[in-house]
Amino acid sequence: MATITLPVEEKREVQEQEALITGAEAIAIACKLADVDVVTAYPIRPYDTVMQYMSQLVADGEMDCEFIVAEGEHSQFEIVKHASVCGARVFCGSSGVGWMYAMEALTVTPALRVPMVAMVGNRALDDPGAFGVEHNDALAVRDLGWLLTWVDSAQEALDTALIAYRVAEDRRMFVPLALSCDGAFLTHSQALVKIPSAEQVNKFLPRYERGELLLHPDNVISVAPQANEDWVMEIRRQNYRVTERACDVIREVYADFEKRFGRKYGNPFFEEFMTQDAEVVLLGMGTMSTPVKVAVRKLREEGKKVGFVRLRWFRPFAGPEIAHCLERFQAIGVIDRDFSFGSPNLSGVVATELRSAMYTGASTRPPVLDFICGLGGREVTVPDVEAITQSVFEAAKGKAQPLTQWIGLRG
Amino acid sequence: MGQLIAVELIYRGVFQKTLAKNITRGIVLAAHNEGKLGISFGRYGDSPERNGIPAKSFAIVANDEETLQAGMAQYEPKQVDVTVVLDDTLSKGAESWAWYGLQPVHHALKPGHTLIVISLEDAPTLLQSIHRRDEPYKLGVLKGVTSFSGMWVYKDDHTDVRVLGAIAKALPELVGLKAVEQFITDKLKNSLKVRSAQTAFERFESIEVKPGQGNPDELPQFELLKWEDMREGVSIKGQPQGGPYADPVTKQVGGFRPARNGLFKKYSTRTQRPVVNFATCTKCTLCWLNCPDASFDVTPDKTYDANLEACCGCGICEDVCPVKNCITMVNESRFHDNNSQWEAFKKDHDAYLKWLEKTIESGQPEPNRAYGFRYRGQYKEQVPEAIAIAEKG
Repeated sequence: MATITLPVEEKREVQEQEALITGAEAIAIACKLADVDVVTAYPIRPYDTVMQYMSQLVADGEMDCEFIVAEGEHSQFEIVKHASVCGARVFCGSSGVGWMYAMEALTVTPALRVPMVAMVGNRALDDPGAFGVEHNDALAVRDLGWLLTWVDSAQEALDTALIAYRVAEDRRMFVPLALSCDGAFLTHSQALVKIPSAEQVNKFLPRYERGELLLHPDNVISVAPQANEDWVMEIRRQNYRVTERACDVIREVYADFEKRFGRKYGNPFFEEFMTQDAEVVLLGMGTMSTPVKVAVRKLREEGKKVGFVRLRWFRPFAGPEIAHCLERFQAIGVIDRDFSFGSPNLSGVVATELRSAMYTGASTRPPVLDFICGLGGREVTVPDVEAITQSVFEAAKGKAQPLTQWIGLRG
Repeated sequence: MGQLIAVELIYRGVFQKTLAKNITRGIVLAAHNEGKLGISFGRYGDSPERNGIPAKSFAIVANDEETLQAGMAQYEPKQVDVTVVLDDTLSKGAESWAWYGLQPVHHALKPGHTLIVISLEDAPTLLQSIHRRDEPYKLGVLKGVTSFSGMWVYKDDHTDVRVLGAIAKALPELVGLKAVEQFITDKLKNSLKVRSAQTAFERFESIEVKPGQGNPDELPQFELLKWEDMREGVSIKGQPQGGPYADPVTKQVGGFRPARNGLFKKYSTRTQRPVVNFATCTKCTLCWLNCPDASFDVTPDKTYDANLEACCGCGICEDVCPVKNCITMVNESRFHDNNSQWEAFKKDHDAYLKWLEKTIESGQPEPNRAYGFRYRGQYKEQVPEAIAIAEKG
């Protein structure tokens, strides 16, 4: 277990520490640095690792917050919702069906303008009971006004958690944000992470100020009344305005993050890997980036011009930018670690969204193939990615390919 | 396009739900006997209904399918050809719990058309409560005791068919008496009900109400905010605390009057109101503590004055008051304003106490008019009574 406990004087001098920690621990440390006020917990793997680490920080006196163990996920999210309306900076999280059990509480938070930051330790939805990663849990809130981001390393998890508070608590936003981390590959494996100092973070992250929306005896308001058809559409339009602003706010915050911490993420919405002279490109979210990058390097050595785009932000979906980036390739292969049964072309969620973005945003019409892969925590292997790339090249040559293929499936 | 006719029924939520549904269904089925088509529906915003809170039910009838569709292509009819008020205490306006503002009962009535009110009062008395408007209309009183035939108990006192009879008279182009009779014979299978409908048809009369005639009170005006002007976070600014106020005679300031929402009045829910004897009040606080709507003002005398803009008329104060006849619930149809009783008492003790005695006495012919019923079998007892009144006309 890494520790970042340092005497106060020493902390001031040291700008950055390095520790060997998991993605979940990185997020716990980010919450400590963000001086989170209220944390609610309920165990479910793989999210529970963040809870365990945070309770240890509290027990050790390193972190000062209300740490509340709820009796279920629904209460977990309800408690932080109320705390946030009362002005507390909050953290919460869950995984798989736990996240789904909280769904009613998840649904109400965007309209109430609650800047809750939640970690989703991505996990397959039951049944069958399984611990492995699948993205359908977090994706279930994609239409509700939540911001949704995927990270692929412990370092990015820590940095994005800090960015998350700054974005969600921006007065132009005030919406919940889910930070998605692939179960096992990110939550349970340790990597070397640079931990910024509290002073650095304090400068980057201002206090959460709820202003006229604060529920307080000095600011008497009533929150979440019943309303008839005269009001609902206007309330939805207010949340729509948030999504209109989201990309600009995220861009601003990443720019400031780079300035203060020196780590560069480039385009906040997606990472490009070996795309410069690529003929075809693969696209996916989360930790699949590791085997894909390895495969892409290997394929490059074989002279195959393939690149990879890793999507960081799914909500907002930076449609025009992504379409503009992808229109130059001859074919695109999306790797979906999720499913959307019955969707157009029976594809996964990311491919379906991407095709929609390309239809309106791209000047060309490269084929967009979808590959359902790595469900339930199954490994996305280098040979899988090679097979995928092969099919994408065939499509680029004009040879008809199925729009959706299952990869790494027995039989 | 053919002729489209809309009927609006204003009734007490839950307590008159079944009655209202039966009437609007009856209109459609009776008109269907003349070859017309129609639909019947309750206003969705009123559902799930709340006890006694004003609600609406509609019937839309047309000669052909296309015309009917034109009538169905809206949430509720914006203009109606006849409005029926099933409880005369609703004459003071109808405010849905889903809140569309406090609306006069002739809110949707086309100029020159008929407003039918079930009441024992006469038209001039009802006009003290019904708000004035700029367009003329007709007001017809269907004599009768308010029928509470709702979700739990159906008191079959013939109100349903009597309303159908009155509508056949007021708006024959919607449905004729013959079609109503046929509907009752075929569907309700009750010859006495056929007679009740005929009697109502024969005796129903209406008077012309001129522009400007009626209750001069102005209803609160409001505008629905644009999305950019609305508060965010589904939040509403709370009311300020309120505070002390002045005695109208001595000018002494004291007590406490809570600030209240100026647009949400709630009094149209009331079928009975508390009248308070300030001379016998022991200032025990129980009415004030138990009122579910905080509708009692604490007067500078430290007595408790039911604020009649805010009171829903539930009667809990009467129940908890330990002093005999200190708080008495009286039929709302006796009253035509919401003025403070305490102020009247302060201005003239003797006159107020005399008024109080008279009011309680005259308000007592139906002491059990309150919501629901107070003992098993009560409605059954009341049915012959109600039919007798119906037959007398």
